[in-house]
Amino acid sequence: MPHRTFSLFILPSLLAMILFVALPIGSVVYQSLFIEHEQVMVEVENCGPFGCTIERRVDAEAMRELREAQPAGRFNGIGTYLNAGHLAVDRIGEIWERTDDWGTFLDQVMNLPLYKALIFTLSYTFIVTPFVIILGFFIALGVNALPGLIKGPVIFFSLLPMIVTPLIGSLVLYWMIDSRGIIGSALQTLVGDPTLSLKASPTLTWVTLFVYGIWHSAPFAFVVFYAGLQGVPKDTMESAMVDGASRWERVRFVTIPYLMPLATFIALMQLMDNFRVFEPIVGFSAEANATSLSYLIYSDLRSADSPLFASAAATSVLTTLGVIILLMPVLVRTWRDFNRKA
Amino acid sequence: MTDTTAADAKLATPRRRRRRRSATARSLPLVTLSVGFVVLWVIAAAFPFLWTAWGSFKVEADFFSRQDWMNAITGVQTIRQTGDAFTGDGYQGAWVEQDFWRAVINTGIVTFFVVVISLTFGTLGGYALARSGYRYTFWILIAALIFRAMPHVTLVSGYLLPFFQLGIWGYLATTIIVLVAINQPFTLWMLHSFFLSIPKDLDESAMVDGCTRFQAFRLAVIPVMWPGVITTGLFSFLLAYNDFTVTSMLLTAENQTMVPAINSFLGSTQAEGKVMYAVAAVVSAIAPLFVLVMFFQRQIVSGLTAGAVKG
Repeated sequence: MPHRTFSLFILPSLLAMILFVALPIGSVVYQSLFIEHEQVMVEVENCGPFGCTIERRVDAEAMRELREAQPAGRFNGIGTYLNAGHLAVDRIGEIWERTDDWGTFLDQVMNLPLYKALIFTLSYTFIVTPFVIILGFFIALGVNALPGLIKGPVIFFSLLPMIVTPLIGSLVLYWMIDSRGIIGSALQTLVGDPTLSLKASPTLTWVTLFVYGIWHSAPFAFVVFYAGLQGVPKDTMESAMVDGASRWERVRFVTIPYLMPLATFIALMQLMDNFRVFEPIVGFSAEANATSLSYLIYSDLRSADSPLFASAAATSVLTTLGVIILLMPVLVRTWRDFNRKA
Repeated sequence: MTDTTAADAKLATPRRRRRRRSATARSLPLVTLSVGFVVLWVIAAAFPFLWTAWGSFKVEADFFSRQDWMNAITGVQTIRQTGDAFTGDGYQGAWVEQDFWRAVINTGIVTFFVVVISLTFGTLGGYALARSGYRYTFWILIAALIFRAMPHVTLVSGYLLPFFQLGIWGYLATTIIVLVAINQPFTLWMLHSFFLSIPKDLDESAMVDGCTRFQAFRLAVIPVMWPGVITTGLFSFLLAYNDFTVTSMLLTAENQTMVPAINSFLGSTQAEGKVMYAVAAVVSAIAPLFVLVMFFQRQIVSGLTAGAVKG
């Protein structure tokens, strides 16, 4: 296809992506280098019946002019990245001086907002992803062995957790694990502790979110593996059988190697999706015990009086770096594959 | 018994055949285990939705029952409060009192335009990527992959300030084009691999017959591309319908779609003890998805696997 025709065909799509995906990344980098204007204060004399007091107030007029002149704020360089809300370089230095052993040092660092969010995001990504793959694989094996007639309904119900909006799915579960909800009260009876609440302790909140994540994504792995199982070569399977391989050996040495590329694909998609975990935290109202990088950005933008653009932008840039590091192995591999083909 | 020729199979003694069959037949404990596991999974997957759908017709004292979970099924408090085992109060409150219908209409508008525009852009782009052999197609696809991995909220934090400055914040049109753009990477990848599976000869012979590239696309490719387009369209629909990040940050309260509307319900109504409004709204939002999966199960399954099988 000649370059000209190609560019005409791709233009709308490319334009949309450049304007609303690539440019915002640039905009985020730019915004992260600036910080909100300092408050312009004026001194106002208030005279009442009991004499005069001098009050300092924010000069709204001057602030508005300043904002209009420089909407992004004043230049701050990489200051926002280093402050206590982000990389917290100074604080880490302090903690390093103060603490003697690694345990307490790490403990205190993990309480800084960005590191707290980072550790949750990474735990979520690297715990949920393998569980999703394993659970999905076993569901696929189970469903594949069912008689044809009931496969359809089973697949229908299996798809639901994935298709339903994450926020809504997590709300549905949230209401059920409420101490007055069915799962919550069942757990209380099981454990024998009437005060048990999945929302109170950080550990239980984390576990709840992980379980939600696995529940939400397992259908995806299941469907992909299930489709893969339909294509397992019959000849290989039969010769393994003839060679006297047990059921487990057949799964281990025929099915799993055949499904391996699919597992890589699921892992890639899951790493991307789980790294941006965000809606479940809103749905489960879990922000007190678990925050993710995406949630930090969201709460900065939602901040009470005015959005903290600089802070949100700095976290966004750091998150983007995280995504690129995460994707690096895949990108390198795709690059090699492409070069081999070319 | 490693050699299995046809003759061998024919000559196989009944005893040998029986042994062969016993290898394929499943042992009883294993079947039980496997079926039991699937049953457990189906319950885990479906029960929360059925439970919530049923409970949405009860009053709060039943749905969150302190005394006995059976109340949620029988509706003891519901009968006491409303005189009937089922009540539409939650729906009445959400749809009429809290103007949920407005959010439903907005969702309808947003999803319709996102799907139509995404598919238009995506088929053109995906077709071009599948038919051009130059190296830059690779770079476009890789860029799309990175864009696909970007957390949406990082993009939103890039939009807000410029949108405020340009005065285009809060409108449905802005949200639609943003969702189209966020959706493009996925649409491009999907339709790209779909068009690769349509033989090149089809449009090339049309061009030999004197069509331009665009005519070939319109006359030869469009008629055969519908299966791929429908599958991709379903996923565009799901993205637009399910989006929370973009719609909650870029829309004013009146223009909100369903998902952010439900989220703001939680803040405003939970305090007043009207949590059943939110439950009813959640069930209203799930219902269309239910129908969608019912009708398009095959397409959804094939769409999910398309990327895997080809890549």
